Amino acid sequence: MKRITGLLLVVLAVAGVLRADSALSITGAGATFPYPMYSKWFDEYHKKNANLEINYQSIGSGGGIKQVTEGTVDFGATDGPMNDEQLKAFQDKHGFRILHFPTVLGADVPSYNLPGVSAELNFTQEAISGIFLGKITKWNDPAIAAANKGVSLPANDIVVVHRSEGSGTTYIWTDYLSKVSQEWKTKVGKGASVNWPVGLGAKGNESLAGTIKNTPNSFGYVELIYAIQNSMPYGRVRNSSGAFIKADLVSVTAAAAGAAKDMPDDFRVSITDAPGKTAYPISSFTWLLVPANFSDATKREAIKGFVKWMLAEGQNYTEALSYAKLPKEVVAKELKALNDVQ
Amino acid sequence: MATTTNTVPSAGPVAGSRSFLSRLRQGDEIARMITFLFAASVVLVTLLLVFELWQGSVLPRHKFGFNFFRTSVWDPIFEQFGALPFIYGTLVTAAVSLLIAVPLGIGAAIFLAELAPARVSDTLEFFIDLLAAVPSVIYGVLGIFIVVPLMRQYVQPALKHSLGFLPLFQGPAYGVGFLTAGIVLAIMVIPYIISVSREVLLSVPRDQREAALSLGATRWESTWKVVVPFARAGIFGSIFLALARALGETMAVTMVIGNTPVISASLFSPGYSIAAVIANEFTEATGDLHTESLIELGLVLFILTFVLNGFARLLIVATSQRGSGRGQA
Repeated sequence: MKRITGLLLVVLAVAGVLRADSALSITGAGATFPYPMYSKWFDEYHKKNANLEINYQSIGSGGGIKQVTEGTVDFGATDGPMNDEQLKAFQDKHGFRILHFPTVLGADVPSYNLPGVSAELNFTQEAISGIFLGKITKWNDPAIAAANKGVSLPANDIVVVHRSEGSGTTYIWTDYLSKVSQEWKTKVGKGASVNWPVGLGAKGNESLAGTIKNTPNSFGYVELIYAIQNSMPYGRVRNSSGAFIKADLVSVTAAAAGAAKDMPDDFRVSITDAPGKTAYPISSFTWLLVPANFSDATKREAIKGFVKWMLAEGQNYTEALSYAKLPKEVVAKELKALNDVQ
Repeated sequence: MATTTNTVPSAGPVAGSRSFLSRLRQGDEIARMITFLFAASVVLVTLLLVFELWQGSVLPRHKFGFNFFRTSVWDPIFEQFGALPFIYGTLVTAAVSLLIAVPLGIGAAIFLAELAPARVSDTLEFFIDLLAAVPSVIYGVLGIFIVVPLMRQYVQPALKHSLGFLPLFQGPAYGVGFLTAGIVLAIMVIPYIISVSREVLLSVPRDQREAALSLGATRWESTWKVVVPFARAGIFGSIFLALARALGETMAVTMVIGNTPVISASLFSPGYSIAAVIANEFTEATGDLHTESLIELGLVLFILTFVLNGFARLLIVATSQRGSGRGQA
């Protein structure tokens, strides 16, 4: 197996070298969460621009940030924005900035397996953070029951399930918990992997979905896309205006629109717990990381061309793959920011 | 093993009797040098590996020192890293897997080598080799969807009911945990034990068996008291191969162990292993201390494997000397 992979890599590398003469090849690496969307985009864009090939490796957001900082790839991609320290490290190494460009939106949904309960459950901020802090341990806890009048919840122990590997999904979830719970913020914090107070760790979406499906009384979080594609049951979450919102492409875009007014110029914004009556609170942008300076002019124009296309025509492909579109305000702002790439 | 040691000394004197030049002309010296280089490269790669792991883990070694092995908090956000739960999980799952796999594997190997008709033995061997070639992620998926529900619904309640007074079988039955990881590992390493042990048993000289039988031993007595002890070193070898695999197994373990860094006497408890946490967190590790702590965990796994292997070799030496003494008496 390994040998075959190695052989394939050699063949691909040779093929890449041979191709390099005839076509421009751009490499990127990073976030796994938008990978299906990106590979569709790069494929479609390649059809229109036969001499441009964009290779993207979904190695994870942390790896994407590392590789683009090292300069081993032309652009990176991440599910959580780079922090000030990482931006400074890039600036120090290269002498110019790195820019964030939001591409699509995703969301995390609370999924559960409660035998005998068919109703769609409502979750308050207090319920979700309480369960994940290990303070709410029974399904019939008043904090859960109060939001689900008329549903008879069992007195069973809640089995909390979280992702074990570092992932953007976890980043969004812990970012949300840090905003709605002061205790979570000081005790646990936000990140791609954290020190979980309770729960079982499951590796990857598939394993997490499998664990929830197989474990009665379990509660965990999955990406909205994954829940939709695998028809997993998931609950509504109360947003900052007090409405219980079911995650879908519309409510996720609404969260982005709610945050767009206060969008900072560098696009590094968290839209969890966003304002707006219809906003789904556990939503997030995912970003491309593009260096502000390219010594190679053809490469620069190629990347700018792609980002422009992605913001316009590219957005039409999102919904077929269950990603939420960027709001218009954000697109306009990004087109302006694209001029900073020189 | 016994057959290879016979051939090596016979080659020595012949080679030594010729001059260096003639040996060079004949190609012997060239072959010797080339194969020496190949053998040396193994040592070189190992040393490089240790060097890289050592170099890559400077930060946590300075910051935590020996506490890295003593503390059990693993917090990437507040940058506290302690390896103890991972070391514990690695050792416990490996021990559980060997406890299950060794009797089963050696029993099966004895049947295949000594008792089964050759055709049956060869056919089964084909399937065992197939099992050994299945990628570990497949075992992991089977673990999640078959072993884990079985464990939660039947095995763990039954164990709790009958042996629940032992601290080993207490606590809630999640299905995932040390015991499940040990069982999945056992399933994965059994083919190694069977396959290697069978080969070793088959290579025991025929006259050993005949001598035992002619002294009036039954078939089982000749197998258990003569053939198995004769093949002991090779059988131990198969167990170490299995142990190495169990210590380093990543995908299958991480899918069924529960990935929670806790130390618990209960085998039902979810846990974590060194290989699993490296695979889980390395790609998304932010901050040098997190990355380097994972590298130091790699170093710990290396040392663990090294020490266990060394210990095992000593065990072979000790038992084979005592064994041969008793055989002569």
